Amino acid sequence: MSELSVNHLLGIKYLNSQDIELIFKTADHFKEVINRPIKKVPSLRDITIANLFFENSTRTKLSFELAEKRLSADVINFSASQSSVKKGETLIDTVNNILSMKVDMVVMRHPNPGAGVFLSKHVNASIINAGDGAHEHPTQALLDSYSIRERLGTVKGKNVVIVGDILHSRVALSNIYALKLQGANVMVCGPKTLLPKHIEKLGVTVETNLRKALNWCDVANMLRVQNERMDISYFPSTREYTQQFGVNKAILDSLDKEITIMHPGPINRGVEITSDVADSKQAIILDQVQNGVAIRMAVIYLLASKIKQ
Amino acid sequence: MLTKPVWITMSQKVLLNATEVNIILHRLACQLIEKHNDFSNTILIGIQPRGKYLANRLASMLKTDYKIKNLQLGHLDITFYRDDFRRSDKPLEANTTEMNVQVEDKKVVFIDDVLYTGRSIRAALTAIQSFGRPNEIELLTLIDRRFSRHLPIQPDYRGRQVDAINNEKVKVNWVENDGEDAVYVVKS
Repeated sequence: MSELSVNHLLGIKYLNSQDIELIFKTADHFKEVINRPIKKVPSLRDITIANLFFENSTRTKLSFELAEKRLSADVINFSASQSSVKKGETLIDTVNNILSMKVDMVVMRHPNPGAGVFLSKHVNASIINAGDGAHEHPTQALLDSYSIRERLGTVKGKNVVIVGDILHSRVALSNIYALKLQGANVMVCGPKTLLPKHIEKLGVTVETNLRKALNWCDVANMLRVQNERMDISYFPSTREYTQQFGVNKAILDSLDKEITIMHPGPINRGVEITSDVADSKQAIILDQVQNGVAIRMAVIYLLASKIKQ
Repeated sequence: MLTKPVWITMSQKVLLNATEVNIILHRLACQLIEKHNDFSNTILIGIQPRGKYLANRLASMLKTDYKIKNLQLGHLDITFYRDDFRRSDKPLEANTTEMNVQVEDKKVVFIDDVLYTGRSIRAALTAIQSFGRPNEIELLTLIDRRFSRHLPIQPDYRGRQVDAINNEKVKVNWVENDGEDAVYVVKS
């Protein structure tokens, strides 16, 4: 198979395992490209991409922009904080105005879950979801799986635990879909208040004891505590959260195997992981960032090849 | 070998058999030696996907039969440099690039099995720039399809010239991949 089954990347939920395999295979080639002396290919010379960020982002935005520029696409950027959205313009109006400038693809981050799906039904452009509220963040999940595959050889059959704020995390949901699709065993671990009800219906096991979870897993994906999304107090104090669910070097060393530590960033050092863990050889956090560019290049390239002239 | 059932429905003729391919490869190897001496300043680059086999074969021939030491070989994929992205019916699928060589200020020889429109070589000329600025670039092809070029590109070393009309396809088979060394003209 050499073509994606979808015209937009709205979530991992809409992909099949061949799509993921194709994205990874294409990302392998782009990873080689971005390690060349000249890290650019001319494939997307005639494609224009709009990055619409209705919510703050640093690394995802940079990563997408770099991926687009490495593919030679023309890029326009848009941040909600400096736009007419503040003046009351609707999402469709904003996007249609941008599309009338002949834009072929839209990369969008939005605080509302389902914003990408909504947009894909109403505008004539290829949409990439760069995070929609607490729903999905597909490229992050793809780069996480890709990094696991790179470190451990395969994702299939591996035990992966996602630790932390599952309730507010789009990274968690996309990761669960992606990992299950590739045949991994998935566990979620965190305080009960931050675990959504009925999460086990997605085929994951639930654990509230971090040590048990770490003993079981090959990979631990440590999520950030998203204070900005918390309207009420979900745990008594940050210190207590760290004591129960923070990973430090002492815990890692006490395990009878060497597990891989991941983090989607930005890290709250000393909260979900300590500095010595984040900077240790077991952590592949910076590999994730590098792989992010290759994965996004692959997704953009594969979707762009489906845009008819 | 792989596509035997399909062959029956198409008319095809043998252009070169294994012996002829072998003779031509030796001649091309000798022509390369004539120009590049000990290859100390030369890099052979097989153009993916099919030029890889010819490049590997020539390289091993130069090493074993002509005692060339320190031969440098790379494989270059040109998919992302092609000019028909979004223009062909099938999506373009990439191949591996293996360029563990420094091309800066070197003599580069592109190696491909069939030279047809010249567009792949045009893409390769762009692609190689991502790895540095070669001093000189030459082109070696096993089969040169005359009168079918879309671009002003000609080989420096050619195995055999062929006049094939547009609905014919020239297929080069290699033992490593297809079970035999042979060149066919296939009418589709």
